[in-house]
Amino acid sequence: MTPFTTLTSRAVPLLRDNVDTDAVIPSREMKSTGRTGLADGLFAPWRYLDAGREHGARAPDPEFPLNRPEASGAQILLTGANFGCGSSREHAVWALGEYGIRCVIAQSFAPIFRANCIRNGLLPVALPEAVIAAMAWQDVTVDLPAQNVRCGAAIHRFEIEHEPRQMLLEGLDAIDLTLKSLPAIEDWTSNDRKARPWVYLGV
Amino acid sequence: MTVSNTKTLFEKIWDAHHVAYTGTGASLIAIDRVFLHERTGAAALKSMAAASRPVRDPARVFAVMDHIVDTRPGRGDGTLMKGGSAFITETRAAAKAAGITLFDVNDRDQGITHVISPELGIVLPGVTLVAPDSHTCTQGALGALAWGIGSSEAEHAMATGVLRLDRPKTMRITYKGRLAPGVTAKDMILALIAAHGAGGGVGHVVEFAGEAVRALDVEARMTLCNMATEFAAMTGIIAPDAKTFEYLAGRRYAPENFGEPYWHTLKTDEGARFDREIEIDAAALAPMVSWGTSPEHAMPVDGTVPQGPARAHEYIGLAAGVKLLGTPIDVAFIGSCTNARLSDLRRAAALLKGRRIAPSIRKAMVVPGSSAVKRAAEAEGLDKVFTEAGFEWRASGCSLCFFAGGEHFPDGSRTMSSTNRNFEGRQGPGIRTHIASPETVVASALAGSIADPRELVR
Ligand code: SF4
Repeated sequence: MTPFTTLTSRAVPLLRDNVDTDAVIPSREMKSTGRTGLADGLFAPWRYLDAGREHGARAPDPEFPLNRPEASGAQILLTGANFGCGSSREHAVWALGEYGIRCVIAQSFAPIFRANCIRNGLLPVALPEAVIAAMAWQDVTVDLPAQNVRCGAAIHRFEIEHEPRQMLLEGLDAIDLTLKSLPAIEDWTSNDRKARPWVYLGV
Repeated sequence: MTVSNTKTLFEKIWDAHHVAYTGTGASLIAIDRVFLHERTGAAALKSMAAASRPVRDPARVFAVMDHIVDTRPGRGDGTLMKGGSAFITETRAAAKAAGITLFDVNDRDQGITHVISPELGIVLPGVTLVAPDSHTCTQGALGALAWGIGSSEAEHAMATGVLRLDRPKTMRITYKGRLAPGVTAKDMILALIAAHGAGGGVGHVVEFAGEAVRALDVEARMTLCNMATEFAAMTGIIAPDAKTFEYLAGRRYAPENFGEPYWHTLKTDEGARFDREIEIDAAALAPMVSWGTSPEHAMPVDGTVPQGPARAHEYIGLAAGVKLLGTPIDVAFIGSCTNARLSDLRRAAALLKGRRIAPSIRKAMVVPGSSAVKRAAEAEGLDKVFTEAGFEWRASGCSLCFFAGGEHFPDGSRTMSSTNRNFEGRQGPGIRTHIASPETVVASALAGSIADPRELVR
């Protein structure tokens, strides 16, 4: 996983509340059983005028923020409350990542989406509505080591728990890290097997 | 750390599964059960295989075909979704290779994950269960800590037997009094989300309690917990009681009986503290219907549409201040992990018996939550009641709870749906979804427009 330290980019506003993962990547845009090939379907119903078109290139809606010329190459998305609600599909994070978004700044996040971000090197930052609105179309620096977001002269601190912060900063693979604790897990399991035999379905 | 020795049910389960602290202060929490479905299962299993990571305990991992399986008669691996078959065949192959239990397309036990897990006794009080599906919270109704995760976390749970978690906060929602006739568990959860917002439960495990919750049968409790994710909670949970134990005893993966004292410790101690408490007067609730594009846009069926975001009014085609009652609908759908269990179908059929849906309804469908529900309903003749009333009767699956391409409702239709999500495009491009109880769906199908089920129940 690519470590996340600091990032400076134009911040693109999609200032709506309750943007759900069906909107981020509709089910019909999840065309393969893998984690790739998703960027084209990102925000499809909003991004294209003819999202349902089956063949050939779809026509971008020039009004949609990510389609505006000043959004080109942007890596920061600004949005409202409860971003990423709905389906647990990690494809939402994979699609954002493949498109080039590395940080989402929202008023708040739905929990499964937020956890998926951490596992994929995408930084979720929660800030108040007015702060977010003021950053629209500005150049914004997100500094994870310092835990702040800077825009012009303004500096805004954001909160992130210690563990997700370390995972992102070091680009750690959670499974590799946890497997280092395997002896403790095995100990616990062999005790638990005696205490709650009904949990263990194999022999 | 808490000094008192009283604990909430959540704390008891959390503490009992606490394996160790990580170097950075999170916890390793043991995971007892993992459930996969074909939409995300193949991706997780294939990615583990590619990294040469085996499933640590395959006997505790289950997979089912529910999301994109065809629900028309005589189904096989084909689906109406373009490229959909690959999800089925690849999940099957990956499940076999990993040695996990698979409930395949035409297995007797096939059905929607959150319907079959309780049916088979895979979820039990006091266990931890995760699935890469947000409605895993449904299973908290049995007294388990059950929640939805992403694919990477599912891989993590299968490869290590634990998840790395920060401890969530706790919230208790107490429903006082008794529900009025025609008002259901679906209305209880919609009323909560309407009052406290679609983000209202963020960061919390929510315990549902109170007289109205105790009075619900086990299946209705699943409806209540099902939409904890629509409240942004990590999950919902209900303490197991005699009804729960009676429901589970002797099911295939469950103990024969729950006589051991341990099971009866699985409840919140008197005096235990929650980070937040909410009280709701259940007796004052009316049947609820969503008017907009978020579950928080829900209102009493006999009210007037409140002012919401302009986009929501525009998408749904209803201005603030208008009445919902009498709004013409095109489609009636009864299905999903929210409201397609046997008790839901029985209540819907009881209202439909001997009647016919309005001729203006362009499509009406019932999709049982599991193959077992389908068989049981047919044994009681419910399928006949539905088809004689004008509903299509299908095989089990998620079906048009969501749009995967392929099969869809007539373009731009307004649907009354017993499902859990009314997002833009959730049931297909341009489809306007109103979510409600099966009773309200039936009343509206009969009237051809949004209707109050209390008129029928009286
Ligand atoms: S029925 Fe709907 S909400 Fe439930 S698991 Fe299937 S798609 Fe998800």
